[in-house]
Amino acid sequence: MCPDLLDPEIIKQDFPIFKRRVYGKRLIYLDNAATTQKPRQVIEAMREFYQDYNANIHRGVYRLSVEATEAFENARKKVAKFINAKESEIIFTKNATEALNLVAYSWGLNNLREGDHILLTEMEHHSNIVPWQLISKYTKAKIDYISIDKEGLLVDDEVDRLMEKRPKIVSITHVSNVLGTINNVKKIVEHAHKIGAITVVDAAQSVPHMQVDVQEIGCDFLAFSGHKALGPLGVGVLYGKRDLLEDMNPFLGGGDMISRVWLENSEWNELPWKFEAGTSSIADVIGLGAAVDYLNSIGISRIRKHEIKLTKYALETLSEISDLKIYGTNNLEQRGAVISFNLANIHPHDLATILDEEGIALRAGHHCAMPLMNKLGVAATARASFYLYNAESDVDALVEGLNKARRIFKL
Amino acid sequence: MSSEIYRDMILDYYRHPRNYGSIEDAEIKVQESNPLCGDDIELYIKFDEEKNVKDIKFKGRGCAISVASASLMTELLKGKKLDDLLSFSKKDLLEALGIETLGLNPVRIKCALLPYKALKIGVYSHIGKKLSEEEKHILDYESESQQD
Ligand SMILES: Cc1ncc(COP(=O)(O)O)c(C=O)c1O
Repeated sequence: MCPDLLDPEIIKQDFPIFKRRVYGKRLIYLDNAATTQKPRQVIEAMREFYQDYNANIHRGVYRLSVEATEAFENARKKVAKFINAKESEIIFTKNATEALNLVAYSWGLNNLREGDHILLTEMEHHSNIVPWQLISKYTKAKIDYISIDKEGLLVDDEVDRLMEKRPKIVSITHVSNVLGTINNVKKIVEHAHKIGAITVVDAAQSVPHMQVDVQEIGCDFLAFSGHKALGPLGVGVLYGKRDLLEDMNPFLGGGDMISRVWLENSEWNELPWKFEAGTSSIADVIGLGAAVDYLNSIGISRIRKHEIKLTKYALETLSEISDLKIYGTNNLEQRGAVISFNLANIHPHDLATILDEEGIALRAGHHCAMPLMNKLGVAATARASFYLYNAESDVDALVEGLNKARRIFKL
Repeated sequence: MSSEIYRDMILDYYRHPRNYGSIEDAEIKVQESNPLCGDDIELYIKFDEEKNVKDIKFKGRGCAISVASASLMTELLKGKKLDDLLSFSKKDLLEALGIETLGLNPVRIKCALLPYKALKIGVYSHIGKKLSEEEKHILDYESESQQD
């Protein structure tokens, strides 16, 4: 076997869920953009925590708490290294959504006012739209959206035009969870910094699938969710540049985020704990650390290569189905392993029901991107999204299922 | 098997929706949507002097199940009395659709019941009864299935 290519059948053996059957058929999991399956190593790391050293972290003097704290902070080290950040710049949140809200509230609320602009794109997930709409209500700052072209790529001229409004903050997705578009965030960040804007990258769909280096991108903030990267549900990450985080007010108040409290006021804890109020989801953080180890053991660039190959295969085979419309670009360099489509006028929910019967997990709906659905002129799409354990045979099953749907709907 | 739902009858009601359109001077006009899938329906009901359904129409976009359900429901209710509309139940509709026993998952049953929900909200508001959030919730499938 070529060491460069991964063998999804071998990878699958690390994921206990693939042992199960769905309606007597093998599970074909194509909803990785929503959440990913968990390898044994992650489940085991969490089980170990609960079984062997479950305790609350920080300030604990006893052995168990010391071990738990070590494992927790060790996971932070792993995550920091994974995206080339410093440990003090990694804040654990509940998910990417909370990370984006943290920036919107802690930075946005204090730095934006009437007349200011916030720059987003038309392809954002609701989690990178709604927090800004809330902040816009409070501050009267205005939101602009960079439009996309027919191929699902950001329009360069629009970037230039809207940057001339001198937005105070630019928040964009790295990879679209609907179109799969990979945005050139490095270029946009450079542009934004030239005009003095703060930059946020929603990396929920990129960190799990490709090399993401915050130094290389140069962004001020970056957010992602552990559960989309083989990690457990319940933990997300915000990366933020140290000097910005230091100037910001905390997002949530409570235990752990303070150094001293008097009745009148409090002194904030050091970074990153200043932003981690209350007891963290300790087992989940440790599980995320194990997920990072697992991804490193496979190699993120091999994963990306595998996904490019699979996406290429899927785009080719799907385009042979007549009346099937695929959204987004065909340029594999600019596309992640996400394929949204519609088959004739069959509603995506009907498609998903028919495919479900074949053991295929496929998402149908607006994918938390209703403004993008409006732009595409549809109420919903079906979406297949791949990961390291998906094989060409999964794509074949999808194609077969879609042909079955064509027969049922007498197309 | 759940794809059995896509029988000829359902597909026919979906492809050739009965009573499709709007009624300008309808006494009942309601719009309901299912934010999950972006399906939405507008329902129009016009009564005659004896409070019988003189005309009933629907409009909207949705999956085969919700459109077929709306289509069939309007057919069932044409000519019926206001009281019949009040007593019309989920079971009546699901039985007529023939999906009572298919083991369709709750998400999809919700699609089938979107027109039903619109009907109930419309009829109650017509007789001057405003539904509380809780009562609206009971119109949804999940809560009912727990009661059954
Ligand atoms: C691009 C993008 N951003 C943000 C999110 C939000 O992730 P979470 O729901 O884990 O907070 C998602 C998840 O679907 C996403 O795809």
